[in-house]
Amino acid sequence: MSGENSPAIRIHGVCRDFMAGEQTLRVLHDISVDIRSGELTYLVGESGSGKTTLISIIAGILWPTEGDVEVFGTDIYSLTDTELVDFRLENIGFIFQQYNLIPSIDAASNAAVPLIARGMKLHEARAQACAMLDKLNILDQADKLPNQLSGGQQQRVAIARALVHRPRLVVCDEPTAALDARSGRRVMDLLREVGMAEGRSVIIVTHDNRIFDLADRILVLEDGRITHDGKDVPEDH
Amino acid sequence: MNWIAIRMLTGDRQKFFGLVFGIAFSTLLITQQLTIFANLIQRGASAVYNIPAADIWVMDKASRTTDINYPMPSTALDTVRSVEGVEWAVPHMRAAASVRTRQGNLEGVAVIGVDDTTLIGLPRHMKEGDRKALADPDAVLIDDVGAARMYKGIDPIGQEVEMNDQRAVIRGVVDALPSFTSQVSLYARYSRALNYVPGTRNRMSFVLVRAQPGVEPVKLARKIEQQTGLRARTKDEFARDGIDFIIKNTGIPFNFGITVMLGFIVGVAIVGLTFSLFIRDNIKQFGALKAIGVRNSKIRNMVAIQALFVGFIGFSLGVLGAALFIWAFSANPTFKGFYSPWQIPLFSLVAVTAIITLTGWLGLRNVLKTEPAAVFR
Repeated sequence: MSGENSPAIRIHGVCRDFMAGEQTLRVLHDISVDIRSGELTYLVGESGSGKTTLISIIAGILWPTEGDVEVFGTDIYSLTDTELVDFRLENIGFIFQQYNLIPSIDAASNAAVPLIARGMKLHEARAQACAMLDKLNILDQADKLPNQLSGGQQQRVAIARALVHRPRLVVCDEPTAALDARSGRRVMDLLREVGMAEGRSVIIVTHDNRIFDLADRILVLEDGRITHDGKDVPEDH
Repeated sequence: MNWIAIRMLTGDRQKFFGLVFGIAFSTLLITQQLTIFANLIQRGASAVYNIPAADIWVMDKASRTTDINYPMPSTALDTVRSVEGVEWAVPHMRAAASVRTRQGNLEGVAVIGVDDTTLIGLPRHMKEGDRKALADPDAVLIDDVGAARMYKGIDPIGQEVEMNDQRAVIRGVVDALPSFTSQVSLYARYSRALNYVPGTRNRMSFVLVRAQPGVEPVKLARKIEQQTGLRARTKDEFARDGIDFIIKNTGIPFNFGITVMLGFIVGVAIVGLTFSLFIRDNIKQFGALKAIGVRNSKIRNMVAIQALFVGFIGFSLGVLGAALFIWAFSANPTFKGFYSPWQIPLFSLVAVTAIITLTGWLGLRNVLKTEPAAVFR
């Protein structure tokens, strides 16, 4: 695949501090890493290791205290707030642990949200969302409300929402954490199959060692530092 | 996104109905109470409104309203008639009396003496009977609210009453705006009224005046005051005097003001609480929208649309409720002639706008404060 090895994301010297009362707590220490296009990257580590903070910074929703983040050649934290919001809408798809679907609109409308946010007409956006739901084998649930769907189905709707506007980067936070093993595996297979199909980069924060075999690359974080970068997880992990 | 905002709102039916109820209740309370207040204080001028033919009311300098008057000597009538610009001037008497019905009921009434010849001083319309019947011996006309009070289920026409040891027969029912106290009014010819209400030498309460065509009533009133030493008020001024008297001398504005304020506070409390709960329940969804790339301006629009949507429905229901209230009680003599001037729904709209602006702003503050990164926590 062309461009498979070109860096989609360049992270250089990223640190992030949080205030804990009077104290400043550094949760990321001088992180530098490149993530290539067409790569399924896992961020793994114990709770509190800084992986959610790192993925938030990569996704442009949390400012680093120090360092630079380039996403597809754009230094995203040099953008104005509005430019950054627009950049996210154009380039990044989000999948959340708790799906965060809007409970009062059906699956197709939920999946269509990024298109509607871009100003597309509702029926056009829903048509495109249905096409994406079809790819994810859930078109028959398009008219159902989120509470009428199983956890796995909801997560597939969330994946459709993340992919419907053809972003170049997809970030996922524990996408299988709320699912049983079978559903989790199925969701990940679909995410890999559909999400990676257009050469986009997918970064997943996960604890779930049942799905580690699907990764192209695994970055292990410990105490805010990358301690491992490879195809497999270290044995002691 | 506006469609999504509306669906988010209506999807949570409990909170949606809570919000609509809060707005509707506030609107209803504010509109209904202000309507009653506005109409009630208008009653202070009902006697003036009942005689639209009179441009000017002339009275003793001490007189203040139609009910609080100090009688004048009968010579005052000729003095007023002599003022240039007066088309006509007629005597008018208003006094209190007690009547006893054949059924033995005792009732305090206002005896209103109208001009013997022209019958000026009578309300414009009759509800039953003919105004000419007032020429009959012992004839009196009763106002419709008084008839309903004194003769429930009985035809008042032909009923005899005893008034200060004198016989009077009700010959008709006039369609009149009731007074502030809804006191029964009996209309009689001026000469008969003098007999019904014996008293001191001076008996004439007012002189009702019509200005000649082309003469401004305001100027004529000032001229009458200058030339006669009496007090002369145009009908608008005198109506205002009656209203002002109620405003200044009763606790009505204060009490109604408190109720209106309570309506506003209850609205803010119910709507504010429900809206903040709605926002809290949807904060993750708003956070997700912000993360996905929905601009703050669009989020603001979404919250504004939600607030406007409940505001519009709630306000409409509230105004409809107030209108239904007025309609439902329109047959009740207490509420006779009640209507809601356009300023009252407008005032309610301003109050509702303040409620939804305040609560929407509080809700929006929470949404805008939410960091998109919170969705990953």
